[in-house]
Amino acid sequence: MTRHIVARTSEIPPGGNKVFGVEGRDIVIFHVNGEFFALLNRCPHEGAPLAKAACVARLTSPEPGVYQRSRVGELLRCPWHGWEFDMRNGQSYFDPQRVKVRSYPVAVESGEELQKGPYVAETFAVHVEDNYVIVEV
Amino acid sequence: MSDVIDRPILEQEATAKTRLRIIDCDVHPSIHAHSDLNPFLPKRWQEHLKTYGSHLRTPYIGTTPYPRSSPLIARRDAWPPTGGPPGSDLDFMRKQHLDPLDVEFGILQVLDLFIFSQQNLEFGAAIQRAINDWQLAFWSDREPRLKASILAGQDDTQLAIAEIERCAKTGRYVQINVCPRANEPLGRRRYWPIYERAQEIGLPLGIHVGGYGGHAPTGGGWPSFYIEEHQSNAHTVAAQLSSLVLEGVPERFPKLQIVFIEGGFGWIPATTWRMDQHFDRFRSEVPHLKRRPSEYVKQHFWFTTQPIDEPDEAKHLRALIDWVGADRLLFSSDYPHWDFDDPRFAFKTPLTETERKKIFNGNARALYKL
Repeated sequence: MTRHIVARTSEIPPGGNKVFGVEGRDIVIFHVNGEFFALLNRCPHEGAPLAKAACVARLTSPEPGVYQRSRVGELLRCPWHGWEFDMRNGQSYFDPQRVKVRSYPVAVESGEELQKGPYVAETFAVHVEDNYVIVEV
Repeated sequence: MSDVIDRPILEQEATAKTRLRIIDCDVHPSIHAHSDLNPFLPKRWQEHLKTYGSHLRTPYIGTTPYPRSSPLIARRDAWPPTGGPPGSDLDFMRKQHLDPLDVEFGILQVLDLFIFSQQNLEFGAAIQRAINDWQLAFWSDREPRLKASILAGQDDTQLAIAEIERCAKTGRYVQINVCPRANEPLGRRRYWPIYERAQEIGLPLGIHVGGYGGHAPTGGGWPSFYIEEHQSNAHTVAAQLSSLVLEGVPERFPKLQIVFIEGGFGWIPATTWRMDQHFDRFRSEVPHLKRRPSEYVKQHFWFTTQPIDEPDEAKHLRALIDWVGADRLLFSSDYPHWDFDDPRFAFKTPLTETERKKIFNGNARALYKL
């Protein structure tokens, strides 16, 4: 696994996402509730771009008439057929063991830390004063 | 399904020479704004639309009885960057759909303005006429891959026939579309003059799911959820297939070709088995039928593939295709709607080369004389 510096943290606004080409893959990075998550930008079902997914809450119901909303913004709903995936690990809501989107470890590190390397930052000039999103592919 | 699927199950062939081009039998163009129709809509009806609006045979005005899962029932990535609703921008449709999927022909299916659900039949007929002209001016004239369908709501049979004749004269339409949810079941004799005319003209009759006929969309009444109403698309077409067959439409009009669009095909085997079983027992009730119902289905009816059935085990889809018959299936994507099927990935079971050629191209080419 190689650690790639893909963006300044400020490039991906809260609630938003951005797609990066890393080692020939389209990887989408989401910024939710102060955390960053990286997934392959491709639904395992029919290939829809997950960057266009709705970011929704986990909605469950222990019994009819009662519902619970949790983990607001951390579930993806595919832009085509509505399959839901957990941003943290790519697992699908309906069959977590068998159906998942490939997910990648993400870290946020300061420019100061990054100066020490080794990192792949093909197109970046890394500045000490900024924070960066690192994805391991 | 494998643990992580990040590759297509069915890759398109690599080289242009051997690549199978797609005929997509369900592409939805959209009106950018109502005013787009003005050049084709008499002032009288423009003013009607402005003054009285659109009155549907459903409980609500300006919306569907069931909120859809996504805005304008569209893929979230299908909103054109230039603005306007999904399906309203030809260049974007080319870029997102026709070019990358190598669509050789796309058959247009217009659902705008709840085209077949207008309570005022004369107004409905006026918008159908306008949309029929608009399909040529905005789509087929600019993009020859896109083929228009004649919208002809059947509840005013005379107006429908006049419109079919007007459009057919141009030689530019490939299909006659009627509503799947009319005032009466589609096999009823009041609609036969339309079938007779379609047979004479030699255009297939297309029946695209959706719309409201003034009846509850399910045999059980008005359901609670979109998920239930969406199911009912298949029930509706199953009921209409039975009606057409058992009332004797293919017997009476043996050259008429009928296409069910967006009803999927998982329900067909059980429906035809049951019709055959009942026919063997009650044939004296329908002596106008000369053959078993399944034989009519296998000769006179076609079915578009989307939304493709997704059984847990791929071999069950394989069996389904064998039961229905690859000759009866026409690939459709439903672009740009949310339940879009991508021709590269939708079939989660292997097809033979012959089957692929039939389903993705050959059957539609022959049926629509493309």
